[in-house]
Amino acid sequence: MEANIYKPYLMRIAAITDEAPSVRTFKLEFTNPEEAAAFTFTTGQFGLYSAFGEGESTFCIASSPTRSKGYIECTFRETGRVTSSLADKDVGDIVGFRGPYGNVFPLEKWKGKNLVFVAGGIALPPLRSVIWNCLDLRDWFKDITVVYGARGVNDLVYKNELEDWGKRSDMKLVVTVDPGGEKAGWTGKVGFVPHIVEQIAPPAVNSVAIVCGPPIMIKLTLPVLAKLGFGKSEIYTTLENRMKCGLGKCGRCNTGKSYVCKDGPVYTLAELEQLPAEY
Amino acid sequence: MSERYTIPEASVGYLLQELAKSGRRVLGPKVVAGRIEITNIKSFADVVKHGQSVVSAKGVVFPKVERLLRYRFEGGKNIALDDVEPQAHPTVLFGLRPCEARAFHALDVVFNWDSKDKFFNARMANTTVIALSCTQADESCFCTSLGSRPDDPQGSDILLSPLNAGGFVAEVVTEKGKALVALANDAFQPLSGQADVVPPATVAAAFDAKDLQQKLAAQFDSALWAEQSLRCVGCGACAFVCPTCVCFDIQDEADTKQGQRLRAWDSCGMRIFTLHASGHNPRDKQSQRWRQRVYHKFAYYPERLGTLGCVGCGKCSRACPVDMNLKQHLAQAAKSATLG
Repeated sequence: MEANIYKPYLMRIAAITDEAPSVRTFKLEFTNPEEAAAFTFTTGQFGLYSAFGEGESTFCIASSPTRSKGYIECTFRETGRVTSSLADKDVGDIVGFRGPYGNVFPLEKWKGKNLVFVAGGIALPPLRSVIWNCLDLRDWFKDITVVYGARGVNDLVYKNELEDWGKRSDMKLVVTVDPGGEKAGWTGKVGFVPHIVEQIAPPAVNSVAIVCGPPIMIKLTLPVLAKLGFGKSEIYTTLENRMKCGLGKCGRCNTGKSYVCKDGPVYTLAELEQLPAEY
Repeated sequence: MSERYTIPEASVGYLLQELAKSGRRVLGPKVVAGRIEITNIKSFADVVKHGQSVVSAKGVVFPKVERLLRYRFEGGKNIALDDVEPQAHPTVLFGLRPCEARAFHALDVVFNWDSKDKFFNARMANTTVIALSCTQADESCFCTSLGSRPDDPQGSDILLSPLNAGGFVAEVVTEKGKALVALANDAFQPLSGQADVVPPATVAAAFDAKDLQQKLAAQFDSALWAEQSLRCVGCGACAFVCPTCVCFDIQDEADTKQGQRLRAWDSCGMRIFTLHASGHNPRDKQSQRWRQRVYHKFAYYPERLGTLGCVGCGKCSRACPVDMNLKQHLAQAAKSATLG
């Protein structure tokens, strides 16, 4: 019998973490141990998560393959029909997962370089996977810098991990909130992500920058990176076009000649500039 | 190499009977309530010989709505998945226009691009196409602009071309076609040499598809797309009648005990096609969506999948409620030298 490419794995919610208002992380374990044993993914890849009865939604795999064996993690914001249904679920409930799909962050290519991660708001999850992956291969890379910003202190995701990253001596973490988003006792920065990147001015020589965030943050951060000397092939991002199949068939994520589900979601700025701005 | 036969008109009914007797569904263009539909045909008299059906025959291999998955909410938190096997009844499409026969290839390249879609493949494997050469065409037809012709056998398993003296030449193109001939051997007489066929319809080429592809590469930001689509109402009719449009939606339907995951035809012309839950829409304007429709079929398909995403049947133009005509719009784009 030919395989049904639309058939998801059944995953049990093993843990739920409330990250920020309306933002949650699920730890998902395979209900079938054979599937758990056979499953592999690479950082940068995504999947389609289903709330049975409501439909499927596309998010990255937010955990690192160096850490999450036999399970995956995803972080989502309650926004539409599927994510609202997912948000109602409890530990022990079953959801679906199809994947992994898409291309990957080219870690081999980044060997020996400085890494600068720039994330805004709910866009830290796709970078969280690759940040942990790089930290677990720490001697592959030189300096690792993470700049993360959110509207307010409450909107920061992975608060415990940010604390851990802040204590590490082998990386530099800069966390910022938009002006007005700070609260008493806030020891991080106050300011928009592009300004903070300009302020800390990570050196561009032998460096790559990985940027993910809301369109306005990306739009304003790219000129800053260009001014610092980052080349267009040294700046990476990951796109989030709407998808239904994840397999290059439903046509939804098609942008120019590219299919985000097959050719992406990871693109360099040089590659993005070859595409129409339909993302 | 294809085999050629003649088949008298009187024997076509016998062929249809034998096909039905073998357990196959026989579908073809037939007038239903005043419009041509692809539906069950019982006799040759049912078959409309000229003109295009409103909706294509695509639904035979890629149904308008199709179940991909079933699941049951069992006691407690458990969910059971039930795999779904495609309902792929052996089917003969009889009297299909040659352009529609060629359209199945454009679906095939997508449904088998790296991963294999078993639903499409099971139906395609069970479908045999007996096409009928066009001896009449209308102003929306443009197969010849795309390197084809009204009597193109490509995509057909058997192509019938009418003879001046009555009856048909049957060009048997594939093994599937041969299997049908074997079912009604008596109807077919081997043909050697020339046959006096009715001349195929005259369809003047309005542009050259390769030339168009090159022109498109430089015209993405042209004002042409906004001009052409000002009157577009985004209804999606063009995609729903199209034999090659493959874009689909996946939706769940469930009650408290069980549910199913369904695939349904969709259209890039609709605003919600690319709309994110956040409200952001990568193709927010109708002109961007019209441009996507043109580029997907005439630039991205050739580059990524090695084939055009269009066969020039003109169904979209005939169905359009605001009279957008694909042939004319493409000819305009192919002629246009402006980059503004």
